[in-house]
This record gives sequence, structure tokens and C-alpha cells, in this order.
Amino acid sequence: MNPAPGMHPGPDSVGDVEGAATLDEAEVGRIFREESGRSVAALIGVFGDIDLSEDAVQEAFAIALRKWPGEGLPPNPGGWITTTARNRALDRLRRESRGRELLSELAVLMPSSDEPGTPEEVGPVQDDRLRLIFTCCHPALSTDAQVALTLRLLGGLSTKQVARAFLVTESTMARRLVRAKHKIKAARIPYRTPAAHELPDRLRPVLAVVYLIYNAGLTSPAEPDLCAEAIQLTRILASLMPDEPEVAGLLALLLLTESRRSSRTRPDGSLALLGEQGRTRWNRAMIAEGQAIVRRCLRRNQPGAYQLQAAINAVHADAPTVEQTDWPQIVALYDHLLAIAPTPVVALNRAIAIGEVQGPAAALALVDELDLDTYYPYHAARADLLRRLGRHREAAAAYQRAAAMAPTQAERDFLSLGGRGSR
Amino acid sequence: MARYLLSVHSVAGEARDPMTDEEMQQSYKQISILEEEMRSAGAWVFSGRLHDPDTATVVRISGGEVVTTDGPFVESKEHLGGFYIIQAEDLDAALAWGIQGHLRHQGADRGSSVRRFRG
Repeated sequence: MNPAPGMHPGPDSVGDVEGAATLDEAEVGRIFREESGRSVAALIGVFGDIDLSEDAVQEAFAIALRKWPGEGLPPNPGGWITTTARNRALDRLRRESRGRELLSELAVLMPSSDEPGTPEEVGPVQDDRLRLIFTCCHPALSTDAQVALTLRLLGGLSTKQVARAFLVTESTMARRLVRAKHKIKAARIPYRTPAAHELPDRLRPVLAVVYLIYNAGLTSPAEPDLCAEAIQLTRILASLMPDEPEVAGLLALLLLTESRRSSRTRPDGSLALLGEQGRTRWNRAMIAEGQAIVRRCLRRNQPGAYQLQAAINAVHADAPTVEQTDWPQIVALYDHLLAIAPTPVVALNRAIAIGEVQGPAAALALVDELDLDTYYPYHAARADLLRRLGRHREAAAAYQRAAAMAPTQAERDFLSLGGRGSR
Repeated sequence: MARYLLSVHSVAGEARDPMTDEEMQQSYKQISILEEEMRSAGAWVFSGRLHDPDTATVVRISGGEVVTTDGPFVESKEHLGGFYIIQAEDLDAALAWGIQGHLRHQGADRGSSVRRFRG
């Protein structure tokens, strides 16, 4: 893993007052979160117990909050957390009689001479995060539980932070997590990476969970930022599964979407359509990284839904203005996407792209065939097409329907003003 | 090793033709092959098939009084048709046997639920 930005340079400068003073509580929290998933995963690998591992890492965090601001970052924060948490867990097991039984079973796995309280850095440990994410996203768990476990255990978010991100109370979220962890234990959901033949089925919910986390971040800005969290999770997946084209595809899709996030809203908080966004504000570094991944995916030629959506976004990112967009290319990509993911939402987006090539009448004919009455972007798209066809009364009605269903105030405002300003 | 109950549910009321004798024979044969595989893998503990749910008799205790009635226990679309008790390393291994079971039968829609025994 790359050193965290702003990380303390190393042991030489421990006690450097200036450096130490810059490490406030929020920063300790951020660095800790970045590293804690690996530690939780490693401890579950050793102790086979999620709660014990989670609590031990939490205790290590409390110690880090006390020590790091004064003493500076340890040279290897991840190793420090794992060692400290492991010693805490061992302490606890030694105090409990059942724990002592478990310890004797584990004796072979544990390094000799462990003085609790004096964390010595462990060397590079095997990365257990992959099996942790497959356990968190096991299809035997509900999607809600998968999302919550992933953010809690891999993302290192507190129960309170996960609850806030999904607009439920902390006690509801706590119950959800307890129930999910109980099911893992009771049903004995395994802690392992699926075999190659299981991977397509097992990878699908993992990618869906990360995508869901990203989209939750888009619609409800929360702290910590779920979009950044989702991208970080996907980076971990991509580094652990470099040969899975859909993992790369999802990373590219998220980077390309993220490159435009700050231009999705105007300064007053209202929504800006793709065509109205100040393209100079798009994040060029993210676009370059996303496009490079898309090019590698194209060369590999094992297309999937995430890769195709990434490719569509890469075409948008290439165009200096909306008029200069290579719409025929986008239609061709949607044709391909519709063939492997024949959903009405994909059909809607394809129809919109066709509208840019063949005109609004052709698009409206396709849109009117779709059964998407409860999906507000459907009404927004119809409204825009009707307006462009000069059918203003019908357009107004469609804008109203869309506005009534839109999930955020920014979108409601935009739609109730009749898509003001768009062409 | 953990022990799991694999309960196999059939969906009642689905329009389907009753099995012919030959299909029935074929189905029993498939089941016995599966059970043989379970035995040789050390997974089989016990299994059984049940008569149709309308042959069930329900016994209730209500206000200290025993009431015996005809019929299945709950009005439900899905009924228990049979079950396996198996030994498996973990949930994935247990689910794999459940999936094998479904793949051996043709025709009727079925579902199964997999639950681990306590202790």
C-alpha cells in the first residue's frame, strides 16, 4: 500500500514537535480507517471471530488516538495497528477460560514471545481483505447487511457513521450488524476466497455493494465521503484481483463518474446536466486514469456491464463540448450493454443517446415503449424529448411527474423549473 | 464439521402435469444416486421424503385442551416435501449439496432452505 498522504516521514522524526502537532484527531481517524480493514481481516484470519477482532482493532484505535498525536505516526501504521490489536485480543482471550482453550488451539499459528503492550512491528502479512469482503458480501446475507458489514469491517467506519450514511438510527444499524454477524457465525458462512468456478457468482454481489455505496454517496453527502470510500474499496479489489476485467471496469466507471462530481451541482446546489457542466472543472487526473483502464479493458476484450458503462463515460470525457460528443460511438456501446444487461434503464439511456443521433422523435418512440413509470429519470427524459419536439403542455406534465418523484431537493428544483437552461 | 438441515419445499398449486410412472422412477433413481454420493462423501446423516401435505394431521394445545384436526399446519404456498440432514464443512459446502439436489430433479419448481443445527 502507498504511504498515506501527509504521513509522518519515519522514526527519525518521532518527537518532532512541528510534525506531531499537525497530526490531529481527525487525521488519526482518517489514517486509522485507511489501515484498519487490513488489520480486522488479518485478525479474523487468526482468531476466526469477527466480534473479537473488531473490538480489538477498536481498542487499538483508542490507543492510537492517545499516542499518535504526541509521538507521531509509527513508521508502519498498518503493522502497528495489527500488532497492537492482536495483543489486545490475546490479552482478552487469556482472561477468559474459553479463550484459553482457543489459544491452545491457535498456539501453532502465533509468533512466539509476545509481550503485550509493546507492539513490535509485524512484517508484511498476508492480505486477508479479499476473503473478508467475500464473507461480508456472501449471497446468504441481505444486501443491506452486505453494505453495512463492508463499510464497518473493511471501510473502518463506525456504526454511527454507517447509520448516518444510510439515514437510519444508530441502534437500527447496530442491530443490523449484530444480526448479520450472528448469521455468519450460526450458519457458518466461510471465511475464504471463492474458487475460480464460483467467482462469477460471488463477485457480482461484491461489485454491486461497492457500486451501491458509491451511489449512496452521490445522493446523500455524508462524512466520511462514501464516494471516496467506494473508490478506495474498488482500488483494493483491483489490486487483489488484477485479472478480473469487471473489477477494473468498475474502478474506471467510478473514477470517470467521480471526475465530474463537483460539476454535477451548481453553486446554489441545483443540478447541472451533462451538457451544461463546466467541463474545465472535470478532474483530468481521474479521467486519465479511468480512460487508461478502459483502454486496457478493450485490449483484454472480455466485456462486461461495468466495463461498457466505463467506456461510455470515457467517450463523454473525451468530448470538449456536448455537441462534439461521439454519439454514434455511445449508441454502439449501449447496443452492446443492452445485449448483456437487457434492463429497461439501459434501454432508456440508449434511447436518449439515439435521440442525439437521430433526433428526439426517434428517441421518444423508443422511450414510450418502456415500462418505467415509477422511475423518475424516465419522466425527466420524456419531458426533455417532448420539450424539444415543441409539445410543451405534455412536457410540463412530464416534468411535474419527475419532480414529484425525485429523491433530492436539487433534482426537484431542477425538474420543477422545467429543465431550465438546457438547450 | 457442522450439521445442516436441508429442507426441500415444493410449490403447491403450480400448474404442472403429474409425473408419469416412468418420470417417477427416473426421479427416485436420481435421488438414490445423490444419496449414494452424499454417503461416500461422508455428508449423509439422514434423509426422508414425505407424503403430500394434505395427508398431514395437526395437533394443537389450546387452553390446556388438545385439539386434533385434519390438514397442513399453516396455509402456505410452499410445503415441505422432504429433507436431508447432512454434515458439511461450512454453509457453502451445504449449499452445494442443496444445489446438486435441485439439479437432479426435472420439471417442478422447488426451493430449499439450509439451516445449521445448534451445537
